[in-house]
Amino acid sequence: MDFLKRIALPGLLLLAPAGLWLSAQEPAFGGRGGGEKGIGAAITGAKEDPAAFDRGAKLYTTNCAGCHGATGRGGPGAPDLIRSLLVLDDEKGILIAPVLRDGRPDAGMPKPGLSEPQIADLVAWLHVQTYAAGHRSTYAFLDVLTGDKKKGESYFNGAGKCNTCHSPTGDLKGIGARYDGFALQGRWLQPRGGRGGRGGGAAASNKSTVTVTVTPTSGKAISGTLDRVDDFSVSLRDSEGLYHSFTRDGATPKVEIHDPLKMHTDMLSKYTDADIHNVTAYLVTLK
Amino acid sequence: MRSFLILLTLGAVQAFGQGLTPAEILKQPTDSWPTYNGDYSGRRYSTLKEINAANVHTLSLSWATRFGAGGGRGGPGPAAGVQIKSTPLMVNGILYFTSPNNVWAADARTGRELWHYQYPPNTGSTIGNRGVGMYGNWLYFETPDSNLVSLDARTGKERWKVSIADPKLDYTSTVAPVIVGNHVIVGIGGDHLDNPGFVQSRDPENGALQWKWWTTPRKGEPGIETWPDEYASSHGTGQAWIPGTYDPELNLYIVGTGNPNPVMAEKSRKGDNLYTCSIVAINPDTGKLAWYFQPSPHDTHDWDAVETPILFDGVINGEKRKLVAQASRNGYFFVLDRATGKRLVGEPFIDTVNWAKGYDAKGQPIPDPKKFPTTDGVLVSPSSNGATNWQAPSFNPDTGLFYVGTSRSYSMYYLTDVDDHPQGWGGLDSGAGSDGNALLAIDYKTGKVSWRHEWPSGGGITNNLSTAGNLLFTSNGQNLIAFRASDGKILWHSSLMAAPSAGPITYTLDGKQHLLVAAGDSLYSFTVNQPVR
Repeated sequence: MDFLKRIALPGLLLLAPAGLWLSAQEPAFGGRGGGEKGIGAAITGAKEDPAAFDRGAKLYTTNCAGCHGATGRGGPGAPDLIRSLLVLDDEKGILIAPVLRDGRPDAGMPKPGLSEPQIADLVAWLHVQTYAAGHRSTYAFLDVLTGDKKKGESYFNGAGKCNTCHSPTGDLKGIGARYDGFALQGRWLQPRGGRGGRGGGAAASNKSTVTVTVTPTSGKAISGTLDRVDDFSVSLRDSEGLYHSFTRDGATPKVEIHDPLKMHTDMLSKYTDADIHNVTAYLVTLK
Repeated sequence: MRSFLILLTLGAVQAFGQGLTPAEILKQPTDSWPTYNGDYSGRRYSTLKEINAANVHTLSLSWATRFGAGGGRGGPGPAAGVQIKSTPLMVNGILYFTSPNNVWAADARTGRELWHYQYPPNTGSTIGNRGVGMYGNWLYFETPDSNLVSLDARTGKERWKVSIADPKLDYTSTVAPVIVGNHVIVGIGGDHLDNPGFVQSRDPENGALQWKWWTTPRKGEPGIETWPDEYASSHGTGQAWIPGTYDPELNLYIVGTGNPNPVMAEKSRKGDNLYTCSIVAINPDTGKLAWYFQPSPHDTHDWDAVETPILFDGVINGEKRKLVAQASRNGYFFVLDRATGKRLVGEPFIDTVNWAKGYDAKGQPIPDPKKFPTTDGVLVSPSSNGATNWQAPSFNPDTGLFYVGTSRSYSMYYLTDVDDHPQGWGGLDSGAGSDGNALLAIDYKTGKVSWRHEWPSGGGITNNLSTAGNLLFTSNGQNLIAFRASDGKILWHSSLMAAPSAGPITYTLDGKQHLLVAAGDSLYSFTVNQPVR
């Protein structure tokens, strides 16, 4: 699978400044790290009353779960309620309430014998369930700390070459206290953030600033922080904060880009999934 | 009786005099751009060469116009936020194009708006709209809440609308309808609630349903054995959300289908999950499946195989064949025999793909179960956004090259729904970076990359158009760029006020070749100016 040899552009890295990636992607799931996840987010999103949802959950367990399954996704002899067209089409219980009032004797569903407020609570619970399934922004990540921290430490100091730039007592000191496992795993894999952004202070530190040196055919080289680059121009700010821009025409002027985080991208083709989980398990111990 | 029939036919021609007949599309006209892809083949290739590699450096702007959704003529209204992701049609000097809930007509000579149709506010997703289909004087447009609307192209007035799916089930419609004979073929999107996918054909006169082909089989139908049961299959989704292509000789409509559901949680849908993530050939008169090829059996990464299946004739291993080629979102390029669906060429087009363990007997990649999403995450390339995506590829018969925008992206894929009956997406991916984005020119005979252009700063996957003038038009960031099609040398560019957001098109108007592109809320028209005579 290595038939695509990258064209070797001298010193020109292919890792984009984060902003350039993000604007180009289709939106997938917003608010990463910024908001509530899981059922709480679904209750908010579905605009239901949390107390009604809680009462509905208890009522569901008592009255419905025996046939429709613990999570409403179908059980022995009774259908999935979350994929039910009636539930999905429902607004304010107009369709659901009659079924809960009268049952469906012809389909084997007895009359549940619920009060009107109880029916309203069950409607709230059902609406939250369908909202939760249908909205990725509410999905909660589960436990990522499945790795072996000892193996992670060995990898950090060995094949992973993490210790060539990082130190558990230096720049990474206390990192395990600053991020949960999921955030930490995402952040160490790609400190500049991937699609969808990343919570927990994603702004890269000065140490990860992309720099560029531009050498015109005549005149001296100018270096600084990369502002932007494409095939037709490159711009930078020098150490004084002054802005410089150059027209590009093929290899002229010479443009050398240095990304201190390039190693993070280069390593993506080398990690095994176990390496990733092990390193995360190790880093989370650096309290 | 015979003369009566002839009279009827003449009458029909006169009635459609200003419009477009399906027969005209078959002629591959160069003085119009009558379909989403310009013709039925999907090549996005024009035989025009007035603009060519020798003079493209003089290509200059003839007009640019902004279009607003705020109503009325002139500049955009408040909070318009128009994104033209539709490929415009150009017929008889008039451009027809869309954004979600909006259709416009504009004079191709001046860019002046002729009419603006606005669909009422609704709760459907406004992620994008690929454009209109045209039949006679009628336009066909899909709305975010899944109605098919027909407009009078001369006035922008609504003729009728029919519902093609229930928006409460998370269907959303972005597809540019494809007109084949007297069929308006529509597809649909939306994959959050495990809703069944389909392709429908509608009557151009009144929108009545002609046929509906479910993208996943029902009880007793071939392919049902690739699902645990009919329940899983009928909730298996597989939305065909990009317009397909059409071979008039074989009378086959060829279209790609999207991912199976639940998207990333595969526990409840063991098997290949036909006909999701597939290239399928359907008889447009009957809606019956003729053949399929599945680029991603049992997909768990949202890699819709909807990317335009391009039709062309070529020579493979010394044999002349009718072909269909797709650069699929999963990172693999395929060339098939389009009469049978038999795979002739298959190669990954990005070197980072890490999710397959060889090919099955049909030449389809075998997914590696170790790369199915897990609660603690697996690192997979490409990301769910894909090695490529909906953006139009182009095939140029002069160079024999297939042009496509690509990304060597990685994501961590996480399982979030561990229920025995997972639902919806059931997981998420989290971007882990990219090894770069590149424009590739792939040799269809081998699947090998003939030339490539690495974008210095990512910039996303973009749309393509190639011409007999040895040109390839594409974009990167806000730059509209012309490459020499044969070897990838950049010949011209222009930086627009927004990133080009749909495929560039070309046509002659008053005997002169034009290049037109949509970028954000604007259209830009370019021509080569001739020396003063």
